[in-house]
Amino acid sequence: MPRPDSNSEAAKTVRTVTLGRFSDALLDPEQPTPAGIVGPDGKKADKRFDVYRNNVTVSLVGALAEIYPAVHRLVGDDFFRAMARTYVRSEQPKSPLLFRYGDDFADFLEGFEPAKKLVYLPDVARLERAWLDAFHAADAPPLDPAALAAIAPDELAEQRFKAHPATRVVCSRFAAVSIFSANRSGADLSGIDPAIAEDGLVTRRDFDVEVRTLPEGAAAFLQALVDGNTLGEAAEAAVAVAQKFDLAAAIGAMLEAGAFTAIATKD
Amino acid sequence: MTDIPAWKDGDTDASFTDRTIPARAGAGLKPSHVDRILQDDYRIGFLEVHAENYMGDGGAPHRALTAIRQNFPLSVHGVGLSIGSEKGLDDEHITRLKRVVDRYEPGLVSEHLAWSTHDLSYYNDLLPVPYDRKTLDRVCSHIDRVQEALGRKILLENPSTYVQFEQSSMSETEFISEIARRTGCGLLLDINNVFVSATNQKYRPLTYLSEFPLEKVEEIHLAGHATDIDDEGDALLIDAHDRPVDDEVWKLYDIVIGQMGPVPTLVEWDNDVPEWPILRREAMRADEILERRAANYLLGSRHAAAG
Ligand SMILES: [Fe+2]
Repeated sequence: MPRPDSNSEAAKTVRTVTLGRFSDALLDPEQPTPAGIVGPDGKKADKRFDVYRNNVTVSLVGALAEIYPAVHRLVGDDFFRAMARTYVRSEQPKSPLLFRYGDDFADFLEGFEPAKKLVYLPDVARLERAWLDAFHAADAPPLDPAALAAIAPDELAEQRFKAHPATRVVCSRFAAVSIFSANRSGADLSGIDPAIAEDGLVTRRDFDVEVRTLPEGAAAFLQALVDGNTLGEAAEAAVAVAQKFDLAAAIGAMLEAGAFTAIATKD
Repeated sequence: MTDIPAWKDGDTDASFTDRTIPARAGAGLKPSHVDRILQDDYRIGFLEVHAENYMGDGGAPHRALTAIRQNFPLSVHGVGLSIGSEKGLDDEHITRLKRVVDRYEPGLVSEHLAWSTHDLSYYNDLLPVPYDRKTLDRVCSHIDRVQEALGRKILLENPSTYVQFEQSSMSETEFISEIARRTGCGLLLDINNVFVSATNQKYRPLTYLSEFPLEKVEEIHLAGHATDIDDEGDALLIDAHDRPVDDEVWKLYDIVIGQMGPVPTLVEWDNDVPEWPILRREAMRADEILERRAANYLLGSRHAAAG
């Protein structure tokens, strides 16, 4: 293998490329190939440098498509790739843990003009982000219903709960949960009225992530518990937003979903 | 697969098989292949994972890898340390890597001669470094730090490259030899990368291999590449990992194994991942060469000893 520049080193000044310069040019197609990046025998390397540009963009767009498969299918491949390229140019992953990439993709979608008509899209993205976070969350056995049954009825309102690491509550002004679920199971969206508001609960009892639609008020109730409030306070928060809130049904749902791992010990 | 209890730092898993990686073919582990691999009558020699995919806290990825590790030796291949980085290594990431290594007790741990992070951005690609003194010193100190943190030797992999830096003052083989000499790290020889880089940079792969310190190679990678052309119509190969290993790469592999004897050999296939039997076929092809050359090689070394 020849030493680069072995003959010409003394003859001409060597142009030094820092990795900072290299990385600036990577994501900006307007920038030329950094001077000093060359092909064999010092020939120009525009198309060669483009391989790196292309690798970075394609792989990050691909990562977003894997994290947001429902959004991908809802808008179609060409649209998704063009949209994701815009996002990738402004937001790169902050860590090599690619499954954490795109935590503000939903916010980006809110402001992405060409997708404005799909009003539910950002909330579907929020559900997908919550789904993947739940998928990778720490393992923990869900709360045993017997532990709750053992509490004296008059002490129940004072109890606090420890949220399962996978538990996420996602509220939407649209039918995001139905759209997400139909899309992920390969069903079509006919029969879903996107204008109906839905709240979703994302949980993982063992290894399978579950997503369910919550009855009215249950999102406020569960979020209050996740935030460390007592059962009584959480019930009040729920009634404040939904007069028909059914406490017994909400407790049943949270136990069934495995949203919590334990009754928090008093301190 | 059965349920596993949550893992805690310091735990060792008595259910794991021997960690030693045999001089056989292995495959890059894909989640969709896990069940097939566990049920297959063909026992693959070992499996290799990208460390970053197992840096989540829990869930299905760890359950699958635990089941694999109970049945096969494992190699952990990092893709995110950014060893060539100008801005230093990320301590948090070294800690994450250590956690994966401590948990799964791999027979080999490897990383790339490349960078992928700059400032706060992670580019998810293996980007090239200039082969100059300054970069050499930096890469060596980074490898020292990683080996110290992990408490073990790592292997460094030669890259696929598409460009050169004018400021390079050493050849890639000189650069890599010097790193291995200074840090005591082992080497991972990716023969597809050799072929891709040699074609792109216009040198002969056999010349590169004759200059490469084969005695330090503890693992080989094989993968498929895509074909393109550069601005002037010259061949430009892309390290795509999306198809079978090229026949030219198999030929080089055969020569390398003939010279150095059997070495653990991994078939990588990361994009357009096929069904398990297709990947298995590639692994079996490597196994055949390893078996055939094991006899040759032994014969060769006996002759040498007798002579
Ligand atoms: Fe490789």
